[in-house]
This record gives sequence, C-alpha cells and structure tokens, in this order.
Amino acid sequence: MNEKWIKILVLAGLALAIVFTPVLMSQSRKMIQVKGSDTLVNLVQILAENFMEKNPSVPLAVLGGGSSTGISALLNGTCDIADASRDWKQKEFDQAWEKGIKVKLFALAIDGLSIVVNEKNPLNELTMDQVAALYRGEVKKWKDVGGADLKVSLYGRQSNSGTYAFLLEHVLKNKPYSTDMKEMNGNAQIIEGILSDEAGIGYTGVGYVVDKSTGQVMKGLKVLKISKAKGQPSYSPLDKEAVYSGNYPISRALWQATNGTPTGGVKAFIEYELSPEGQKVVEAEGFFPIQGPLAEKNRENLK
Amino acid sequence: MTKRTLRNLQERALRAFFLFNGIIAIVALVGIFVLLLTSSFPAFREVDLFKFLSEKIWDPTAPDIPLYGILSQIVSSLMVTAVALVIAVPIGIGVAAYLSDVAHWRVREIVKPVIEVLAAIPSVVIGFLGIVLVGPFLAKISGRTHGLNALNGAVLLAVMSLPTIISISEDALSAVPSAYGEASLALGASKWQTIVRVKLPAALSGIIAAIMLGMGRAIGETMTVLMATGNARSFPTGLFDSVRTLTSNIAIELGEVPYFTTHYYALFAIGLVLFLMTFLINLLADIFLRKYQEHEL
Repeated sequence: MNEKWIKILVLAGLALAIVFTPVLMSQSRKMIQVKGSDTLVNLVQILAENFMEKNPSVPLAVLGGGSSTGISALLNGTCDIADASRDWKQKEFDQAWEKGIKVKLFALAIDGLSIVVNEKNPLNELTMDQVAALYRGEVKKWKDVGGADLKVSLYGRQSNSGTYAFLLEHVLKNKPYSTDMKEMNGNAQIIEGILSDEAGIGYTGVGYVVDKSTGQVMKGLKVLKISKAKGQPSYSPLDKEAVYSGNYPISRALWQATNGTPTGGVKAFIEYELSPEGQKVVEAEGFFPIQGPLAEKNRENLK
Repeated sequence: MTKRTLRNLQERALRAFFLFNGIIAIVALVGIFVLLLTSSFPAFREVDLFKFLSEKIWDPTAPDIPLYGILSQIVSSLMVTAVALVIAVPIGIGVAAYLSDVAHWRVREIVKPVIEVLAAIPSVVIGFLGIVLVGPFLAKISGRTHGLNALNGAVLLAVMSLPTIISISEDALSAVPSAYGEASLALGASKWQTIVRVKLPAALSGIIAAIMLGMGRAIGETMTVLMATGNARSFPTGLFDSVRTLTSNIAIELGEVPYFTTHYYALFAIGLVLFLMTFLINLLADIFLRKYQEHEL
C-alpha cells in the first residue's frame, strides 16, 4: 500500500511539472513583442537584429500584420511596441483611454509613399488627382492619363494596412477604392505583381522600391513622380529634400507606439532606433531619418 | 479482485473511452455551430439578412456608409471551387483507374506515396507557385497583363485536391471485388469497358466521397486563394477576373477588426454561410448517393 502511494505521488509530481514548466519558462524568457505595419517590418527586423547583437539579454520578436493589427494588439495588451504607417485614429486613442493605456508615439522614419508602375509603362509622372481617379476606378484606361492603350490594373493593400488607410484619407479623400483593386498581402507582393504586369500600378513605402544590393530602383520597376496639381512641378519620393519639405505630396511619418513611457528593454531598443546609428539603418533601408520637431518630440516622449 | 472482473472492467473502460471520443467529435461540431450562430446573430441587428446575401458590395470600413453584401464572395467561392473540380475530377479519377487497374503493381507502389506527399505541401507554397508560375503563364496565354484571377486559384485548388481524390478513389476501386472485373473480362468486355462500365459504377460511392472530400478541401482553402486570386471585391464576370472568396475575406479582415462590432459579427456570419454551404453540399451528396444505391439494388 505504501509503495502505491509513493508511486501516485511521484506521478502527480511529474504531471504538475509538465503542466507548469511552460508557464515558468515563458515567464523567465519574456520576449519584447513588436507588431504592426508591413511597411516597417523589414526595417524594424534589421534594427532588432543589430540591437540584439549588442544586447543579447533583450530578446525581440518583430511581426508584421498591418498597422491596424499592431494597434489592436497594443490595445489588447498582446504586444509592447505597435508599428504604424499612418496616424492613430481618434477612435483608437479613445479605445486606449478607455482601457487605461497611455499611448506614447515615436516617429521612427519618414517615408515618401511611392506610386510604382512597370518599367514598360511610358508615363513618368501623375498628379494627385490622377492617382486618386485611378484608384477610385474613375479612370479605367491608361490612355486617359496619357499612357498606353491598356486597361489599368490596380494593386493595393488590404484594409488592415496603414498604407491603405493613408492613401484612402490623403489621396482618395475618403472616397472608396475601386472594387476592382487587387488587394495584396504586403508591399513585397505588390512589387511582385507590378514587375510582371505592364498595366499595373501599385503603392508602397519607399523602402521597398530600392534594390538593397545596388542602391538603385529595383529592375523592372518605375517610381512615378507626383505633382500636387496639374501644371505644378512633380517630385520623386526618392528625392530626400522634396520629401522633407513636403513638396512630394504624399510623405508621411512612420510611427511606433508604446503603452506609457517606455522602460527597460523597450526603452533601450527605442533609444537605439532613434540614435544616429539606428537612423543610419533607416537610411540604408531606403527611408529617411527623423529630424527637426519630430526628433524633439521623440526625445520628450522618452523622458 | 478476480481476473475476470478485472478484464470486465477494462472492457468497460475502453468502451467508455471510445464513446467519449465519439462524443467529443459531436460536441465540437455542435459547439462550432452554436458559436457561429451566436456570434453572427448580432450582425443582423444592423444588417438586413436579405441584403447581406443579395448585395454585391462588401465595404465595411467605407468612410461614409458601410456596405455588407457578400453575393460577390459567394459567387467567387462557388466559381473557383466548381472550376477546380472540373479540372481535378477527370484527372483524379483517371489516375485512380490507372493506378488500380492498368499500372504495374511496382509503378503503383511508387506513384501512390508520391501523390500522397503532394498533399503535404503547405498551401503557402502552392500559393507562391500561383504568383510566380501559374499566374504569369495564364497572363501569357490569355493575353492579359496579369494572372491573379479566379482561374489561377482554381488551377491551384485542383492540384491541392488531387491527392485526396486520387488516393480515396483508388482505394474504392481496389476494394471492388476482383470477381466483378474478372467476370466482365470473361464475358468479352475490353479493359476500357470493364473499367468504365463495371468498376467505376461499383466504386461510385467511394469515388463520390473522394470528390466531396476534395471539394471540402477546395472550398475551405484560404491561403492559396488569398495569394493567387487577387482579392478584388468586384462581382466576378468571368474566370479572368480577380475575385475574393468567402474564406479570403475572413482571413483578410478578422485579424484587424475591432472586437464586438457589426463588422466583427458580420465576419462570423460569413463563416456561418460557408458552414451551411458545405453542410448543404454534403447533404445533397448523401441524398444523391442513397437514391443511386436504391436504384442499383
């Protein structure tokens, strides 16, 4: 009888150990979760890798999924840093306030939202109104904006994308996208589509149009110059000065958000990202570093 | 305790164990149905059920008036699945008949496992093939500028459902008593006549089950169609249109939707529609099968 009891106790102990080990493990190795914008995911991934080389004790996990996905994750408490390629909506600030989350925003990089077409497309520039008309589906033939006699093939992102939301608000002026737009899973898929579609037009962060190995615009791709209105000069999103000055009409800041003033590993990581060294990586990835009042604001929010 | 009562106890415990497993399957099914029902019901406080099913435009995040119409998605799902089956069923049954009745047993021993390995390829990989291989090919032969369309999805789904259809059809054909085939051949029928007139009808219930399982795989598949069909929200007018299926739509939007909003409930309602569609297909197949068997006897 005694022996039996011992056996049962040992078995119960083992069972408990099996149940609790994962719980203990997960607590001792807590990862910092970064989630959100697909436009930012490659950049933040590289920043995280560089950061972890120097700080192996701070493990980071970087995920994409789209700006809205990241923001909901921060609101639901399932990530530590939310990446967004658009401004936060008032509704999201309200939800954060209701949940007692104090949102701190950090501008990580400046992006010239790029309108791209296939290299074979004879067009070199479009006006804001033309981009809007194309994406609303009001213009269906390239001929109507001065291009070839081909049906326009629209590539865009899905509604969880910050880029999708940004373009809808700032270019389409909140009139809905054409339902003929192909909704792709990420920036890379849009590029993939445009490269093989001579009638295609797509939008993507400027960091995605440059081939990292050559520093030039990817082969087969053409980045259109955009002008504010007909008759005005057009600028390329690759033109740093035009993006900073706002002459390039669809430039934007790319954001990271935390719950409250960051501490510990999260703070160290954001400090690294905003440091000259981190901003150099931003530039190497094709985006533009933060300067001026935004940099000032970042410093304030870190305190 | 005697040995006998111990064995009796063991017997009963095992029986209870199997009963428990059976019940789990039923509980899961009923549970999913109830969850879908309760989660989709609140959507219809704001969305008219008739409009939900008959309107073509889905735009729940529209800046002015959100639109909740899933007709385009239903038609897209049915179109992609139907075309996939049109491609996969003849090939699948052909291969199955070849493997069971024509091929040398050594060939069969090699080919069948290889086909089953095809089923293990992740759907993301198949979707990727759709983007880089099938899409550009379809664009070329159709003279269009891109190949992200319904036909691309259908071709990939056909490839994905082939292993299921071939494997189960082959099992069904092999299970036909050999006396049937032998009798047919003895009566002077050719090999072709034997396969088409005797063996296929005899194995029909198994083959239909195979097709149904293949169809289930096709209609529920998400990642592949999400990657290959372009996901445009327009009502499809042909096989070369970009389409968005019910499954893609749920996958695209469920990740970002704010919880407990009409949009969230509406996505569950789409899930319910999908569930009812597959349920109906299974039911019809069952009725058809029973009719056919009665007719035979």
